[in-house]
Amino acid sequence: MRLGEIAHARSGDKGNISNISLIVYDSKDYALVAAKVTPAVVKAWFAGQVKGEVIRYELPQLGALNFVLFEALKGGVTCATSLDKHGKTLSSILLEMEI
Amino acid sequence: MKKIRIGSGAGYAGDRLEPALDLMQNANLDYICFECLAERTIAMAQQEKMHQPDLGYNAMFTYRMERVLPLAMEKGVKVITNMGAANPEAALQKAYEIAQKQGIKKIKIAAVLGDQVLSLVQQTPDLKILESGAPLETLKEHIFSANAYLGVAPILAALEADADIIITGRVADPSLFLAPMIHAFGWDLTNYDLLGKGTLVGHLLECAGQLCGGYFADTQKKQVHKLEHLGFPYSEINAVGEGFVSKLEKSGGSVTTATCTEQLLYEIHDPAAYITPDCVADFSAVEFSPLANNKIAFSKATGNAPTPFYKVSVGYKNGFIGEGQISYAGADCLERAKWAAQLVQQRIQSLHPQLLPLDIDYIGWNSVTPNPKKTSAPPTEVRLRVAGKTNTRAEAQHIANEVEALYTNGPAGGGGASKKLEALVSIASVLLPKDQIDVQLIFKEINT
Repeated sequence: MRLGEIAHARSGDKGNISNISLIVYDSKDYALVAAKVTPAVVKAWFAGQVKGEVIRYELPQLGALNFVLFEALKGGVTCATSLDKHGKTLSSILLEMEI
Repeated sequence: MKKIRIGSGAGYAGDRLEPALDLMQNANLDYICFECLAERTIAMAQQEKMHQPDLGYNAMFTYRMERVLPLAMEKGVKVITNMGAANPEAALQKAYEIAQKQGIKKIKIAAVLGDQVLSLVQQTPDLKILESGAPLETLKEHIFSANAYLGVAPILAALEADADIIITGRVADPSLFLAPMIHAFGWDLTNYDLLGKGTLVGHLLECAGQLCGGYFADTQKKQVHKLEHLGFPYSEINAVGEGFVSKLEKSGGSVTTATCTEQLLYEIHDPAAYITPDCVADFSAVEFSPLANNKIAFSKATGNAPTPFYKVSVGYKNGFIGEGQISYAGADCLERAKWAAQLVQQRIQSLHPQLLPLDIDYIGWNSVTPNPKKTSAPPTEVRLRVAGKTNTRAEAQHIANEVEALYTNGPAGGGGASKKLEALVSIASVLLPKDQIDVQLIFKEINT
């Protein structure tokens, strides 16, 4: 199943750090998403893009995970030569993951 | 129990104005805050001010104030904004002139000064760049601006002096919203639980339309009502920090637990430690519950004592970016675009090898998707984008020119070439002790 079928996401940036929230539509899916979408899985999914570590924060009462991706934006919005310097599109890319 | 209503008037420098005017007209607001400074906006404004000393404030300031001032006075809505950017003093003068021209009989406008700390940064040895850990010294001659993220204190002082319009430069985004709560309810500045609750409201509102379904909507599972008329949010909050966020019923958009949860975590790292100048807010236990359609209650935010530092954004000149784009169509378009990219790289390699490596993107294939699926069907059109960072403008021009030259010197059917050159302004962050920074307020008043 595509992650986007059971969860939604939003990405934001601070310097060269991206964060992506991942929120289940239905709280019954939280345990599954929390078990499958680990920091290691997310780091592998963004291989080549995320050079640093990935940290995950859990907010079970909201059915939400918050992933913080270090060295993820080629220097960040004020330095990078990339097209999406904010990494706004990364949330949609995360939701393409098959779980 | 006393309650106040705070509206969100803008989520970025160039945001729409009509939703803000709609809130001022119809939402029974006490305050409206216009948050208009991204990380780099103020450094760019500083450059403008260097060329034109009476500018350097938000480019839409005059447009917005001509429409906001009369409504603010008619409805009794106080306005707080960081649209002063690099020049709050000049923005104050402009707002005063607009009020005079409009024949407003009574108004008090305040400007907050003191966030500009360039000389202090230049005089402080051993500052470390937060992003890289490198000494700030390494950027020395390229640095041209430094702005501290101030907290609520100067806005509070302006509110206590009964200012109607408060114009700041760099202030932490949630502090714009927290200040009126502290003022209205007399919150103690060391009651970090309340400051954390108020900071949550500020954080939810600061990106305006993003709480109402902007940056949220999709065509399948996240449908948003009348996105073309997206409204901005407001919050009603009481003296113990409880309340709700909502939008005007007639405006477009949707305020739901899902939009609130996305915005709660927007640009947040550790939800238990959201650092602002006023407190370290703790959003880790926050809950949302619907009270009615488009009306969501928030609860369980708290906070802890702030750090002794202000974060300071240091603006520096970081060379140039040269970019060229060209499109290809048809069955083998991706192959021709890849060949074109190879040609550009070969040309740069032989003429200007110092400019390598270049960023190569195929728009429509992998420009924002780091790893396209191997099973994806090949595109029927693709746009090559070549970009590189250079020390000089002339070098940036070389990159752009080589892409454009593909028109007559490259693979078949290259069309729609474009070129872009950018003088790059970058930001490095440092920390300065709060006690080293003096903040001042200035006022202009009409009282006839």
